[in-house]
Amino acid sequence: MNPDLAANPRLSQWIGFAADGRIEIRAGKVELGQGMATTLLQVAADELDVAPETIRLCLGATDAGPDQGITSGSNSTQVGAMALRQVCAEVRQLFVVAAARRLSVDPAQVRVGAGRFGIDERGSSFDYHELADQVDLDRPARGDAVPKTAAARRFAATGIARPDLRRKLFGAGFIHDLVWPGMLHARVVRPPSHSARLDAFDAAAVRALPGRVHLIVDGRFIAVAAGREEQAVAAAAAARKATRWSESTDLVEAREDQAWLRELPHESSVIDASGPEVDPAAPSTRVQADYSKPFLAHASIGPACALAAWDRDDDGRERLRVATHSQGSFTLRIELARFFGLEPARVVVRHADGAGCYGHNGADDAALDAAIVARATGTPVRLQWSREDEFAWAPFGSAMSVRIDAGLDAQGRIAHWNQQTWSHGHGQRPGTHAGISGIAATLVQAAHPAPVSRDVPRAAGFGGQRNAVPGYAMASRRIDYHRVDAPTLRSSSLRALGAYANVFAIESCMDELARMAGVDPLSFRLAHIDDPRASAVLMEAARVSRWRDPKAAPRRDGALRGRGLGFARYKGSAAWCAVVVEIEVTDRIVLDRIWAVVDAGEVVHRDGLVNQVEGGVLQAASWTLKEAVHWDRTRITTRCWDGYPILGFDELPRALSVHLIEASDLPPLGAGECAAGPTAGAIANALHDAIGIRLRDLPLTPDRLRRAVEAG
Amino acid sequence: MDLPIAFVVNGNAVALALPGDVSLMHALRNDLDLKGTREGCAAGACGACTVLVDGHAVTSCETPLESVRAREVTTVEGLAGAAAGAPAHPIQQAFLDQQAAQCGYCINGVMLRIAGLLRETAAPTEAQLRAALSRHLCRCGTHMRILRAARVACGLPEPA
Repeated sequence: MNPDLAANPRLSQWIGFAADGRIEIRAGKVELGQGMATTLLQVAADELDVAPETIRLCLGATDAGPDQGITSGSNSTQVGAMALRQVCAEVRQLFVVAAARRLSVDPAQVRVGAGRFGIDERGSSFDYHELADQVDLDRPARGDAVPKTAAARRFAATGIARPDLRRKLFGAGFIHDLVWPGMLHARVVRPPSHSARLDAFDAAAVRALPGRVHLIVDGRFIAVAAGREEQAVAAAAAARKATRWSESTDLVEAREDQAWLRELPHESSVIDASGPEVDPAAPSTRVQADYSKPFLAHASIGPACALAAWDRDDDGRERLRVATHSQGSFTLRIELARFFGLEPARVVVRHADGAGCYGHNGADDAALDAAIVARATGTPVRLQWSREDEFAWAPFGSAMSVRIDAGLDAQGRIAHWNQQTWSHGHGQRPGTHAGISGIAATLVQAAHPAPVSRDVPRAAGFGGQRNAVPGYAMASRRIDYHRVDAPTLRSSSLRALGAYANVFAIESCMDELARMAGVDPLSFRLAHIDDPRASAVLMEAARVSRWRDPKAAPRRDGALRGRGLGFARYKGSAAWCAVVVEIEVTDRIVLDRIWAVVDAGEVVHRDGLVNQVEGGVLQAASWTLKEAVHWDRTRITTRCWDGYPILGFDELPRALSVHLIEASDLPPLGAGECAAGPTAGAIANALHDAIGIRLRDLPLTPDRLRRAVEAG
Repeated sequence: MDLPIAFVVNGNAVALALPGDVSLMHALRNDLDLKGTREGCAAGACGACTVLVDGHAVTSCETPLESVRAREVTTVEGLAGAAAGAPAHPIQQAFLDQQAAQCGYCINGVMLRIAGLLRETAAPTEAQLRAALSRHLCRCGTHMRILRAARVACGLPEPA
């Protein structure tokens, strides 16, 4: 049985028939801007045979609906939506039986169309609501109903347009827009660095401000709340001036190649070892190189925001209500209950859409902040982070270092591949460990230690080890992972986790080996692939990008043109993705054209998938060309957009096309993160193709390019 | 407190008895309940809060309320005309047709920027359009679709 359904077997957890005539579909997967709400809506409408407009979605509410864990890891369609499809298939079947009973016919005679059950077009028929009292959904799913065939799905063929955009592009639509009666606006006042000590605080300076300003000081946790938002902003600024902190130089020394990672204590594990061990001193045609990526910020366009309110039930017991744009309402509930010493049932967490988060950003932290402030003020609170809070306090995607020693045999085939990846863990989400993740917990008087960032297990696709094992055939390989637990910068899950750096390194190295072998990089990869779907994706990428044709002449005077390829099957178990990038090199890397080819099995929502892959490519291009978090020995120095440039509208490729290899009879595979690593590899390989220089440390900025060229 | 600050929002006269240094963004969102204006960075660096003042695109987060006295402000709620049930503005329709959003947080500011561009230049060039859009950040990587929708709204052809 689908694991999400096995964990939430009661059908009535997923579906209900509301008094207003709507069908209520509940799911634990949430809308993050990836289009999940639309996918779920379409799956339910198709399977129930109803118009999407008749469905009301309720996503990520701990008091109403199934616990499907965290909306992450490109699992939401592959697992989450398929659970809903199974539920709806079974419910439809139960209603067919009920209708047959009402009509005194055999269930096989009952026809379903446009939400009605009958025996022919003219005879009497019933809709779901008319039959609802004859079907007991308060029962465990059997899990054996057979969903419709691909050809029988009505909405999947065209794909429905995103209903949430009809709100968001016309007015309110985000968590930031919620207004709870009596709520105060709140802001946090963070220390200048994570370990800073509070030496003095002049509370009077804040209390003297206009408006009734609430001031919360609990250890190093400082927050303000006021009736008007601008008063809260002004109070936060005043409070910042009224604090004196002492800081220490306890951060690791930054290096562009992230070599510091290899020097810190770490826990090592062998991810894969097969074939004969290779004598490291044996002479061979080999690549021995270190690749790296820096810490990356989630850098949502919208700041973290949460609403919280406390009240008491009829028995006088405390209850907490929270609105959050976290990826995991249920896991956040575990954490909030633990922090405040409440039973989980005393805490209700409901999802509201936020700006794209791309992983574990500040959303969960803001929820804990808001709950603390709401308890202190005794009022509902809407708390929002500043841009500086985002950069300096939200978790980052870990810096990583990847060392590869790979060699060719006399026939030009890969004889050995030894690889080591160093990284912090990629998971510090609330509710997934015994501690408290919320940053406020490290600041309050009764502080909790910051949890060590861990990695999800092999079965869930790993964290820093994700895609560490190359998907290529080779005589011998050994893949080691070194998880660096020593605390440096706060790290947790960022889109694709370790796959981005691992695939960048592997795909760069594959290119280096191909050149040593004197073989075209595409042919070299195909020669080391025994998976027909992988080969098909690469061949399609070659076809659409005209890989075998000579390169076009540069469009810019004095520029050099390059073409590069990157490929991986995400997590080794999800979608296959090949990316071809054409660039021109001036004083920088200019993207010219990009093709992405994806095999994600059954395509549930075509436009949503294409949109995700386009976004995955461009976000990864931004990481690869521009992004790095900076710090000194004391503090994070990246604190605003000026210090963290991302890809802009003046840096786009001329064209970006996404090509899907559809397999409607095969299970859907997660694809939202599949393009990240291949894009990075393709850009670095295109750079080498253009100018013959291999850059192995990300990002590939103009400054690094200039230095590499000068160094020859 | 000084005289109430009177101005026009989406065709309606309003007067707010607020200090002049309150940001236009906060006044729109919290006093006039026009939540389609998004706060992004509060520093004019990302463009999410862009609205029109007398037809010109401005970042409302750093626009003091005092400066819009007696002026006309247009937010996304007024783009299509303030009447309830009004059809989508052609710019909004272009974005819906292209499904040119992922999270959608940056889009309203982008649409107002395009509206401002079209007020200034009836037939903008591709270069003018790109220059206008370069004031905006998108983190989802929706740029190609945004550009496509913007071209439709500006009557520009897709480049060959």
